[in-house]
Amino acid sequence: MSFEYHQRDRRQHPPALTPDYKTTVTRASRLPLLSVENSLSEITGPTFSHAALGDLDHDLVHNYTGAPAMGERTIVHGRVTDGNGNPVPGALLEVWQANAGGRYRHVKDGYVAPLDPNFGGCGRCLTDETGYYAFRTVKPGAYPFRNLSNSWRMAHIHFSIFGAGLAQRLITQMYFEGDPLRAQDPIAQTIPDPAALDRLMAPLDLDASVPLDSLAYRFDIVLRGRRQTMFENKLEGA
Amino acid sequence: MPLENPRETPSQTAGPFVHIGTLPSLAGLSAYPAEIGASIAGPEVLGQRIAIEGCVFDGLGVPVGDMVIEVWQADPQGIYPHPADPRHADAASGFTGFGRVATDFETGAFRIETVKPGPVPGRHGHVQSPHLSLWLVARGVNVGLHTRVYFGDDDTGADPLLGMVAPAFRRETLIATPAEDGVYRFDIHLQGDKETVFLDV
Repeated sequence: MSFEYHQRDRRQHPPALTPDYKTTVTRASRLPLLSVENSLSEITGPTFSHAALGDLDHDLVHNYTGAPAMGERTIVHGRVTDGNGNPVPGALLEVWQANAGGRYRHVKDGYVAPLDPNFGGCGRCLTDETGYYAFRTVKPGAYPFRNLSNSWRMAHIHFSIFGAGLAQRLITQMYFEGDPLRAQDPIAQTIPDPAALDRLMAPLDLDASVPLDSLAYRFDIVLRGRRQTMFENKLEGA
Repeated sequence: MPLENPRETPSQTAGPFVHIGTLPSLAGLSAYPAEIGASIAGPEVLGQRIAIEGCVFDGLGVPVGDMVIEVWQADPQGIYPHPADPRHADAASGFTGFGRVATDFETGAFRIETVKPGPVPGRHGHVQSPHLSLWLVARGVNVGLHTRVYFGDDDTGADPLLGMVAPAFRRETLIATPAEDGVYRFDIHLQGDKETVFLDV
């Protein structure tokens, strides 16, 4: 059985042009997107297997050198479901983040905070049959960036999610409940609806923490829902 | 009470350090023995070997040096290696259909090495001309951009998606120009007079 995805509700997302995040001014598309019905090209997408992943890919505390990284030991976990409430199993999640001081291990990051010799900042995992995933990492630090003369990013973890089909492809950022920089973070504030931004603010999940070891935050991800379609009947006879 | 279905998680920009998570070797990290999207079509895949070369430009014509481009395509028979394609069991062995490249930090140039896809079944019995689906993310791009690459040496006159592009001159932004030896030229303009047609799929 094949499915096609519900139209994306663009009101849940930032518009392309958000001048307070200045880089969008020369990079935002200005002409309307061409709305197209899903074809096989959009309901299909890449699939991934555990064979491609390493044992420590989901453990950013240890996956750079084996020795533990500095910082607040943190579990991030949750479920990937779709707009129908169904789990999305086998979804590849890739994460990247700054270290506890707010510095990225990237050739283009020149922030004054030091690199942690034991932190790479890169991880990945696959959701299980119930859509569940979990990472262990250190809480990233806030950091400044060139936008206004004193713009800061609140602490965040970048998430890349591959759903079941190309139409579900999503990159976003997870924030931490109660972050005091939320109201002035120009990138978080590209999302016009505060209730939508709320859904990127992962709540503390004390019950999932590991006593004397790690705090936990819960970040549930919703991808686009889908409906059964008939158009594949033609394909089967083709 | 209005009907409340779960809402899609909002998108956020991939930011300038997207390579750490998606192409770590370009960030200067050797995180993984094999990076995802390194090969669209392994050497055993039969078909016409092609490369797509181009640059990404912003609205001022400045190269975009921090973009990651993902490719999704059918195999030379037009089959997707995915269970939603009824013919997926017949997809070419060694064909992933998925590739990932980044633009050069200074020049904004990219190169995609693959095999030419076959025509793909469309809706209502129509056939889609051979194409690559692209998905683009970068700093300053708030929601990933979908677009397609068609091939200038194919007859694309009956393609249902190209037929929807109006005004018609903008169709050219989706068509790669054949150069020499299987190389096609395809520039991407995020904004401006030559803005690429982006899709809401």
